[in-house]
Amino acid sequence: MNKLLDQIRENVTQTQVWKSIFRHGFPSNDANRALVMFSNVILHLHPVRVRRGALKIKFTWCLGGLTFFFFVMLAVTGVFLMFYYVPDTRRAYNDIKDLGTVIYFGSLFRNLHRWSAHAMVFSVWMHMTRVFLTGSYKPPREFNWVVGVILLVVTLVMSWTGYLLPWDQLALWAVTVGSKMAEATPLVGNAGPFGPELGMGVDNDVRFVLLGGTVVGQSALLRFYVLHCLGLPLVMALFMAVHFWRIRKDGFSGPL
Amino acid sequence: MAEKETTLGTLPKRDGNSGGLAALIKKSASDKMGPEDHVLVWPNLVYIELISMLFATALLLFLSLISPAPLEELASSDTTPNPTKAPWYFLGLQELLVYFDPWLAGVVLPSLIIVGLVLLPYIDPNPKGKGYYTFSERKFAVLGFCFGLALWYILIVIGVWFRGLDWSWYWPWENWHHHKPITGGLVDLEVIIGKTLGMSDTPLVTLGRYGVTIANLITWALFLGYYAIGFSVPFLTMRKFYNTLGFVRYNLMMFMFLSMLGVPLKIFLRLLANVKYVLVTPWFKI
Repeated sequence: MNKLLDQIRENVTQTQVWKSIFRHGFPSNDANRALVMFSNVILHLHPVRVRRGALKIKFTWCLGGLTFFFFVMLAVTGVFLMFYYVPDTRRAYNDIKDLGTVIYFGSLFRNLHRWSAHAMVFSVWMHMTRVFLTGSYKPPREFNWVVGVILLVVTLVMSWTGYLLPWDQLALWAVTVGSKMAEATPLVGNAGPFGPELGMGVDNDVRFVLLGGTVVGQSALLRFYVLHCLGLPLVMALFMAVHFWRIRKDGFSGPL
Repeated sequence: MAEKETTLGTLPKRDGNSGGLAALIKKSASDKMGPEDHVLVWPNLVYIELISMLFATALLLFLSLISPAPLEELASSDTTPNPTKAPWYFLGLQELLVYFDPWLAGVVLPSLIIVGLVLLPYIDPNPKGKGYYTFSERKFAVLGFCFGLALWYILIVIGVWFRGLDWSWYWPWENWHHHKPITGGLVDLEVIIGKTLGMSDTPLVTLGRYGVTIANLITWALFLGYYAIGFSVPFLTMRKFYNTLGFVRYNLMMFMFLSMLGVPLKIFLRLLANVKYVLVTPWFKI
């Protein structure tokens, strides 16, 4: 039996097709374990070796990695949800209702998406706290901290834009509260300091730009949808690439 | 110049794929360590990551099953829920609306938080405490950061669990369907000062819409004095602290720090002395 399995494995892994895809053997010896890290694009986010201290869970609490994991989870469940959702004020609410009633696994995916979003906001905060407390932002890693702050802000805006999409009372009024604040922006908001003096009104200020109108309506829903599903994820991916690249270049700041 | 300048001419001719850059990279501390200090990422690190992802997935599935996403009634601009709450991560800012006008609570203060976070690595010159948890080697930094963090979380907890109808304070055991009596009686600081010192309301000077009274000038002096004293005291009494930071870092750091302290200060003024605004102008109120 074992002989047969070995034979099958031999026949699979020795083919031209297999070898063209995988440039390493099973990671069962050190040479292949190094090669797998070296030749796989995703695993290449990591170095081949790390200092023993960098493995300590009590140092990182896996928070950065988990944040990235939640992002991937959100992308996967988000794509699923996009198949069933139309950002039209006349049907958005019913689309979300359908997720819970007629679509297989609809509510599971929606719940996963929601909890991943909460988890991501929380783990981003925790990650930042950890990085502060271990002093990991100190030279030469200052700029990567700045990139992290940008990622934190984008995470919050992503969460907030997603909040409007179910188009229920919770969504509408949470975003209304937020847009009231935009209206009060100094200089560029119609209710902010020096806004009216500079000619800001309800139909030309920063809130109008954000909502695409004077009320939270169809234009706002479409704007938030496009930002949530396309614009902000792209920005996020770009800054994540820089963030990870920098960690890879600078190494962990962890204990020696 | 003591160091040889790096130009393309000084690079070694052939050096694999790095274009000669590999020869320039300085050996880091970890390169000098022996192989016994290093472990392979596969399996040592990737397995930790795999297990933590599995735990996270299990947690997310568990939460999804016990607590499904809410869906209230169809959005309608005709019926305003009471209270209207932002998502939980913004409730700290919404809670600040009790104490500050929207331009401060919703725009300026969050912007200052972001700017402060961005500046943080550049205004902390302390080389100690890099790569390990320590309090004793960087007391001020850790205390300052944790203070801001605590403020942020406390405001969120209040916003999520203690604010009910009309954004009034409700304890968990109270009836959340009964309106609380509206408590008014908030006064501006300049009114309190004017009344206490028996000053007249007639403006000293009038600048367009702005009638500047003596009481108003005193509030300006108090407001600017808060920053002026805050900047001066450490400068005068802790010169070593100032010298390690330098002029630019010191001023940026003190501005951020004093602004952060100003938030709970205004909250206390409001709660203890019923102060609505500490500074009033026709264009903005603080």
